[in-house]
Amino acid sequence: MLDSLPLILSFLMAGVPPTVLATVGGIALTVVLSAVAGLALVSRHRAVRAVSRVYVEFFRGTSEVVQLFWIFFVLPALVGYQIIPLGAGILVLGLNHGAYGAEIVRGAVRAVPRAQHEGAVALSLSPWDRMRRVVLPQAVVEMLPPFTNLFIQLLKSTALLSLVVVDEVVRRGQLLVPNLGVGEKLTIYLVELVIYLVLALLITAGMRLLERRAAARVGRVPATGVAT
Amino acid sequence: MPAEPMIVFEGVHKRFGDSVVLSDLDLAVDPGEHVTLIGPSGSGKTTILRLLMCLERVDAGTIRVGGRYLSHMHRRGELVPADEKHSRDVRRRIGMVFQQFNLFPNMSVLGNLIEAPTRVLGLSRAEATERAAELLDMVGLAEKIDEHPARLSGGQQQRVAIARALAMRPDVLLLDEITSALDPELVAGVLRLLRRIGDTTDITILCVTHEIGFARDFSDRVLMLDGGRVIEDGPPDQLLREPRQPRTKEFLAAVLEGR
Ligand SMILES: Nc1ncnc2c1ncn2[C@@H]1O[C@H](COP(=O)(O)OP(=O)(O)O)[C@@H](O)[C@H]1O
Ligand SMILES: [Mg+2]
Repeated sequence: MLDSLPLILSFLMAGVPPTVLATVGGIALTVVLSAVAGLALVSRHRAVRAVSRVYVEFFRGTSEVVQLFWIFFVLPALVGYQIIPLGAGILVLGLNHGAYGAEIVRGAVRAVPRAQHEGAVALSLSPWDRMRRVVLPQAVVEMLPPFTNLFIQLLKSTALLSLVVVDEVVRRGQLLVPNLGVGEKLTIYLVELVIYLVLALLITAGMRLLERRAAARVGRVPATGVAT
Repeated sequence: MPAEPMIVFEGVHKRFGDSVVLSDLDLAVDPGEHVTLIGPSGSGKTTILRLLMCLERVDAGTIRVGGRYLSHMHRRGELVPADEKHSRDVRRRIGMVFQQFNLFPNMSVLGNLIEAPTRVLGLSRAEATERAAELLDMVGLAEKIDEHPARLSGGQQQRVAIARALAMRPDVLLLDEITSALDPELVAGVLRLLRRIGDTTDITILCVTHEIGFARDFSDRVLMLDGGRVIEDGPPDQLLREPRQPRTKEFLAAVLEGR
C-alpha cells in the first residue's frame, strides 16, 4: 500500500489544477453574480427586484447536478455547439453559488444602520454613491464570513464536474479505482480528503486576511492606518 | 418687496399610519435666522427636520427652500410631488447634523469631510482637503485629520459631523438634539462651537434642543410645538421666560426639573 502512495499521489495531484481552476473561476463568477443579483434584490425598482428574485429562487431551488447536465448536454443541442466541460462547470458553479451569495449581499446591505444611509442623504450624495461609498464598504465586513462558507462549499461542489468528465481530482481517482485493491482505494480516498481539506484551509486563510483588513477599515479592530 | 423666507412650510400634513404628526403646519424662517424648535417628545420636531432633508415626504401641503419647492416640482405647469433628482438639487443647500453623529466608519475624519464636496460639489481633492483642514481647525480637531472616527470621543465625533455639514457650504443647517447623546462634560464644547458658527456665518439655522439656556442666547426665535402644530412662537426672552401658553409653561417646567 505504501509503495503505491507516490504514484497515486502524483496521479491525483494532476487533478488539482482543474479543481483549482474550477474553484477560482466559480468564485469569480459567484462574486460578480452575487453583487449584481444582491444589489438588484434591494433595488428601488420592483421589476429589477422581481427578476433577481426569480434567478435566486430558480438556482437555489433546483439540483446543481441537473443544472450541470442541462448546460452540458441539453444546451449544446439547442444552440448547436459544445461548451467545454470546465466552462460548463464554472458556469453552473457560479450561477448556483451566486444565488446564495445574492442573499448574503442583500442581508448585509440591509444590516447597515439606516442612520448611515441618512447621513449620506444629508450630504446630497447620489443613490449610487450612497451605496458604493457608504453602505457597501460597511456591508462587505458582514458579508465576508458567510462568503467564506460559500466558497468552501463551491470548492467541494467541483467534485460534481467529474460527472461531465472534467479531469479534476475526483474523476482521476475514479479512473484509478477499478483496477486496485482495498488498500489502494483507501489511500486514494484519503488523499482526496486531504487535498480538499488543504484547499479549503487555503480559502479560509485568504478570507481571514480579507476579513481582518475590511474590519480594520471600518474601525472594528485597532488599525495602524486608514484609507480616506 | 420683502425677501422670500429661506424656509417655508405651508399647510403641511404628515402622518405615520393612523397617527397624525403634523397637521396644517405653517412655518417661515428668514435667511440667517436662528430658530429653535422645542416641544414634548413625539411632537414632530424631528419630523420637521426630516421633511426638509427629504427623509420623509409630506402627505399634504408644500415646503419651499430658498424660494424653490422642495417637496414638489413644476412639470408642464402643474405642481407635482418632487422626484429624487429635484429634491436632491434643492436639498443641496441644506446640511444636517444628527443626534448620533452618523459619521461614516469606513472613512477617516478627512474622508468624511471630503467625500461629498468632491463628489457632489465637484471640488478637486486638493481643494476639498484644504477646506477640510480649515474646518477641522475651526472645530479644534486639526490634529485628528487622519484619525478614525471610532477612535474619537462623542464630543469630537459631533464636532467632526458639524464640520462635515459645513464643508458643503450650506445655506441652511438643521441640528437635531445634537448634544443629547453626549456626556455632560462634552456638551459645553459643542454648544460653544455652535455659538461661534452662529456669530461668524449667515447660515440659517433650525435647531431642536432641550438646552434651554443655549436656546435663549442662540436663537432669534423659538417655536413651541405640540399636537402637530406650532402653539407658541416668540423671541426667546419672552417665550422661555414668560410663556403665554399653559402647555409651554408646563413643558419648560418639566425640562428644567429634569436637570
Ligand atoms: N418612521 C416613522 N414611522 C412611524 N412613526 C413615526 C416615524 N417617525 C416618527 N414617528 C412618530 O411620529 C411622532 C413624531 O416623531 P418625532 O418627529 O420624532 O418627534 P420629536 O422629534 O418631536 O420627539 C412620534 O409619535 C413618532 O413615534
Ligand atoms: Mg426628535
